[in-house]
Amino acid sequence: MILNNAAVFRAEGIGKSYPGVRANDDVSFQVDAGQIHALLGENGAGKSTLVKMIYGLVRPDQGRMTLTGDLHQPADPKAARAAGVAMVFQHFSLFDALTVAENIALGMENPPPRRELAARITKVSHDFGLPLNPARRIVTLSAGERQRVEIIRCLLQNPRLLIMDEPTSVLTPQEAELLFATLRKLAAQGTAILYISHKLDEIRTHCDCATILRHGRVVDSCDPRAHSARELAAMMVGGEMREVDRSGRHAGNVLLSIRNLSQPAPNAEGTALKSVSLDLCAGQILGIGGVAGNGQEELLAALTGEIRSAAGSITLEGNDLSSLGPEPRRKAGLLTAPEDRLGHAAVPDFSLTENTLLTAGARKGLVNRGMIDHRAARTYAEAVIAGFDVRTPGPHTAARALSGGNLQKFVIGREVMQNPRVLVVNQPTWGVDAGAAAFVRQSLLDLARQGAGVIVISQDLDELLELSDQFCALNEGHLSEPLPTQGLTLDQIGLMLGGAHGMQEAAL
Amino acid sequence: MIDPLSIFLLLLSASTPILFAALGELVAERAGILNLGVEGMMIAGALAGFAAAYATGNPFLGFLVAALAGAAISLLYTVLTQLFLANQVASGLALTLFGLGLAAMFGKPFEGVKAPPMPIGPLGINWIVWLGLAMVPAIWWFMNRTRRGLILRAVGENHDAAHALGYDVRATRAAAIAFGGAMAGVGGAFISIATVLQWTEGMTAGAGWIALAIVVFSNWTAFGVLAGAWLFGGVTVLQLRLQAAGVNVPVQLLSMAPYLATIIVLVMISARQKYSRKAGGAAPGSLGNNFHALR
Repeated sequence: MILNNAAVFRAEGIGKSYPGVRANDDVSFQVDAGQIHALLGENGAGKSTLVKMIYGLVRPDQGRMTLTGDLHQPADPKAARAAGVAMVFQHFSLFDALTVAENIALGMENPPPRRELAARITKVSHDFGLPLNPARRIVTLSAGERQRVEIIRCLLQNPRLLIMDEPTSVLTPQEAELLFATLRKLAAQGTAILYISHKLDEIRTHCDCATILRHGRVVDSCDPRAHSARELAAMMVGGEMREVDRSGRHAGNVLLSIRNLSQPAPNAEGTALKSVSLDLCAGQILGIGGVAGNGQEELLAALTGEIRSAAGSITLEGNDLSSLGPEPRRKAGLLTAPEDRLGHAAVPDFSLTENTLLTAGARKGLVNRGMIDHRAARTYAEAVIAGFDVRTPGPHTAARALSGGNLQKFVIGREVMQNPRVLVVNQPTWGVDAGAAAFVRQSLLDLARQGAGVIVISQDLDELLELSDQFCALNEGHLSEPLPTQGLTLDQIGLMLGGAHGMQEAAL
Repeated sequence: MIDPLSIFLLLLSASTPILFAALGELVAERAGILNLGVEGMMIAGALAGFAAAYATGNPFLGFLVAALAGAAISLLYTVLTQLFLANQVASGLALTLFGLGLAAMFGKPFEGVKAPPMPIGPLGINWIVWLGLAMVPAIWWFMNRTRRGLILRAVGENHDAAHALGYDVRATRAAAIAFGGAMAGVGGAFISIATVLQWTEGMTAGAGWIALAIVVFSNWTAFGVLAGAWLFGGVTVLQLRLQAAGVNVPVQLLSMAPYLATIIVLVMISARQKYSRKAGGAAPGSLGNNFHALR
């Protein structure tokens, strides 16, 4: 029997502090049976802390929680699971070297014997249209399949409350649809679902109710279907979202050409690039979509010069760069900002001044006959900090001490202010709050307006649609034919991303 | 000249100390602990076991005390790495040096005395050798078929995920370290009580390091450890026989043979290993990393 509008979970005045941070303050909301309830907020709004408290990983300082009327104060995740709470984590909590069945057994209180468990996994996964082979090892699965493992792990416990922490961030649109179909089925059976995301469109289409968090407090509660994405964003950020300004750009001559770029996979986990070709014109932004692990890292490495390629495969304004290393490429005007901010784009323990030297040394004349010109380096670092609104005590601060959004602004700013001919960025706004993301996107558009070419590699389709003039997709090392972004539908994009990727019946 | 059966019996005996030590280290490494203190724990067991066997006249009591001594000295490592989050490699090296020094100091009174005789087990093979052989399937079964074993592997593979699921990473690791210490202690005592029958300073002679290499060689499996221990033990026995038979090869080269064989096989296996992760082999994901939880 489904109890309509019966509160499964209720939080009353929950508060939690960490040294120097008030992560949650007086948070109250309730999730009803059969409801998909969205928890919406920017990075750092306190969503993760809140669900960790529900799942018993963190204990609240104030307030009380109830689960189907009973007091809910789990000492650890085991107690939370026993009470009927299940959680799918944002960063998968899976064990790569273990099998699907072993991973699922670890998430259960009293797993049945091995053969019985394997049979139940096969049955439940087929019932929900998420086929899984219990004997496969996690390393051999795609991101979508890995998430299935997490979901099946939860389903086998018949949870009363299912928490999903940003589940679609690694999925293709088709995989996401499949996920929502599963959640609908679950909700229809009476399970309460708490759905955490900052993707407004999917929340508007699929959630029944939304609680919006900002700076650790509940700022609003609403029916997301009754509001536009803009209104939701305004509630989330507290103020109007700035529209990006795409105007004033004109396609010029071809700047960067890639011709039949093929590379073997650099390591066992890598992806081989298969005859990648593209042309990038001045004033244009080319968006490259695709689920991570389909050759993005390798393509970026081939462009930075970390991997050398066959002669003639990469040319910038007619000059063959294929056999040159990173430094000559920078001098020629091809600059890059890799995905991993801390460790690849910046050295964590170096100061911002020292980090500017790493890529801007030659183009900005910060090095004089092999000696570092410290004053010039500091001046340039200060200019980047001022120009890109990097919130930091000063250029002497270690890169490690900056928040993700601030470091990303610094890394992008360091390249943009060198006036590159071509800038290649990978995941420019990954894990960055909405304000900083908008800033970074606008700076890329401004750079293109000044006549540079920009390549944006990203998993965030909304970002690519917002920024790029041409869109193409990387799928298992193949780059699709670029299409004009204008008029592209999400379905078309899904198919370009290899649409059915990982959605075939798992090899059983 | 060389009788295969007698060689095999000698091989069993020669491989037992490293078999015990490597099985213990295997369990620790599957829990994510890289304990380089095996040599120190072995020598502690060798001395404590010998002393107990000598004092009571009962060799089996000696092995029991050796296991306790190995586990006790491994507590030091547990405190350093699990409580104070000290670097595992440095702590392990310290444990080895500490164990060697401690044993040398307390071992003085036992120099020159003889161990009580060991009763012969079934088929004329020492009981402890049988115990070592039995431990191989037992550990395989524990790790692959029991809940505790699954949790242990989960902790070693990804300690953050194990913590997120509510498993106690530190307690699991502390137990694995203690088990590794007890096994190393028994392995060391086998040398002093059952092989050499007396105490000499530094008598483990690097067996702990070979045990560490054999865990890598084994691809982190119990039966792989047995194969590695037998390879090392076999080459050791063979080269001793060849020396005794007066083969025209320099003695130094023959003495080197077991170590050379271990290194060669290790290199061959390591070269393949990066591809074996998908098959479930290769090093545990969190091996050698300390776990720190924010609560």
